[in-house]
Amino acid sequence: MEQSTKLLEVKNLNTTFQIQKNIVKAVRGVDIHVKKGEILAVVGESGSGKSVLMKSIMGILPENAQVTADLIQFEENDLKTFSKEQQRKIRGKEIAMIFQDPMTALNPLKTIGQHLCEVLKRHQGLKKADALKEAVNALSKVGIPSPESRLKQYPHEFSGGMRQRVLIAMALCCHPKLLIADEPTTALDVTIQAQILELLQELQEKEHMSIVLITHDLGVVASLSNRIAVMYGGRVMEEGVTDEIFYHPQHPYTRALLHAIPKPVTGVKERLEPIPGMAPSLLNPFPGCPFADRCNYTTDACREKMPEYHTYSDTQRAMCVFTGEELDKKDGKEKQNDK
Amino acid sequence: MTKYILKRILTAIPMILIITIICFTLIHMAPYDAVDSMTSPKMSQETIDLIRAKYGYDKPLYVQYIRWIEGMLGGNFGYSIVTHQNIADDLAVRIPNTIKLILPAYLTAYILSIILGLVAGSHKNKWQDKLIDGFASIGIATPTFWIAMLFIYLFGYKLKVLPILGMHTIGLESSFADYMKHFIMPYIVLVIGFLPDSIRYVRSSTITQYSEDYVMVQTAFGASKREIMFKHVCKNVLLPIITKLGMALPMLVTGAIITETIFGWPGIGPYFIKAIQGMDYPIVMAILVLSSTLVILGNLLSDILYCITDPRIREMG
Repeated sequence: MEQSTKLLEVKNLNTTFQIQKNIVKAVRGVDIHVKKGEILAVVGESGSGKSVLMKSIMGILPENAQVTADLIQFEENDLKTFSKEQQRKIRGKEIAMIFQDPMTALNPLKTIGQHLCEVLKRHQGLKKADALKEAVNALSKVGIPSPESRLKQYPHEFSGGMRQRVLIAMALCCHPKLLIADEPTTALDVTIQAQILELLQELQEKEHMSIVLITHDLGVVASLSNRIAVMYGGRVMEEGVTDEIFYHPQHPYTRALLHAIPKPVTGVKERLEPIPGMAPSLLNPFPGCPFADRCNYTTDACREKMPEYHTYSDTQRAMCVFTGEELDKKDGKEKQNDK
Repeated sequence: MTKYILKRILTAIPMILIITIICFTLIHMAPYDAVDSMTSPKMSQETIDLIRAKYGYDKPLYVQYIRWIEGMLGGNFGYSIVTHQNIADDLAVRIPNTIKLILPAYLTAYILSIILGLVAGSHKNKWQDKLIDGFASIGIATPTFWIAMLFIYLFGYKLKVLPILGMHTIGLESSFADYMKHFIMPYIVLVIGFLPDSIRYVRSSTITQYSEDYVMVQTAFGASKREIMFKHVCKNVLLPIITKLGMALPMLVTGAIITETIFGWPGIGPYFIKAIQGMDYPIVMAILVLSSTLVILGNLLSDILYCITDPRIREMG
């Protein structure tokens, strides 16, 4: 494995929301990093804190959110020490983000051209004429036909897939070093999903940027990402290179997730294995492992305090009291008992 | 777009006709006889019948209606049955007076409410919002006539700085300064009356817009607070407010009936009130039809304005 430098490194990030008198702990002590030129997939079910984590890094959470971290290092700068104004200048220029629902992400009263030109003028300091030229460029890069005339159109004249392309064009027109894609294909139908993912991959290679892909679709992840971080209950449960996660998952939650993927084996009728129970409430979570309530291997120790990370390789670590091997042994015993 | 506007105008015509029918029948269903206002108990039945015949009240209802509509179309609104004056002439004097008061008051309130509403909405739950929204809440709960009385008591009676009645000082040559002195109190009362409702409207519209996805997306693309406010939210907020401008058209006639009456402003207000009290039903009908026609025209105007400003509607044609 080639040792490439880190573009983004986050240590011990916590995000809490104050909702009336309650405090919701959405992200709890997350360490994560993104290397230059890689695609990192952040996987987890709804409410696992993956979007909030990324929005915390971007600094675009609503005002009732509070973010603390030991470190948010982007290139040479610690974003934590940046003023709001400095942070704002990085957004859209160095770190860009695209979102889940392209239908509502654009201002309905502004043309696509205005959307693009605003970003270009803001971050590149371009004059209107140059910005327009750049905008045409950006639209053709993301595969929108006849970009000149499309520029003058309003968002409602675009289909969902096309709007997501427009957003990608907006995100990439300032050549960011990091693109955060927050479930970019969830709102699109399957064929369009594939197109958008292909486009992202192609552009990532062309622009040499890093991508953080937030998704709950492991199928999407398998073909695209270099590394995967599995999140649950506001924590990273396991992280590793894509192959490690898919072929040697160490954490019970990762294993359960993988079991829940449909396997297209012809002729064999197999039931999907859902993970029993619901995602945990982030309101006053108990001190232990958030997955304890749904895990097959839970012991008393799991609930008492957060387990430590076990490191399996330079790239893989998982947060569970048991190592993968110990889990395998337990499974073996159970099978024997069954017999 | 022209097609859309034409279509809207064409649908407005039958609406106005229906309104005239409703006004006419409602007035006729009212539990009093119009002839009563012209007769006295001492008159003989023959005289009363004569008067009835003179004004056409003996004819069947539809004939009366057709004659009335014919007159309206020719600009003849009929005559007051109390003063026998031409209603059209009276209105021609009174409507401009009303407009002179309402137009500046409404525009001031309109602009102020946009500013205050945007400030409150963009600072949701902060002190600016609490102050402005608090004022709006109290304002909605306070009747205008009470504020008017308060003003009269304070400035007209206690401090004796402003006149409490009319548009000009009687016996004095009319001057602009004198007019302003009479104008200022009803004007401020009306502004206060119009403000709260509009502020709340703009405020809630602003809050809705701020919670839209595109605002978050714009922050993610590095837009500053100012840019989001003026380049994005503002336009989306103003759109529904433009509709309000059209809807305000009928207010030019009936917007200040109470305030005008309290301050003795020689506009539609006191005229209308007196007509109602005196059972002077041609006047009541004329004003009803006029104001409801303006409601329809106002709606039409809003639709056209909306159509011009919103690209999504522009296309529906």
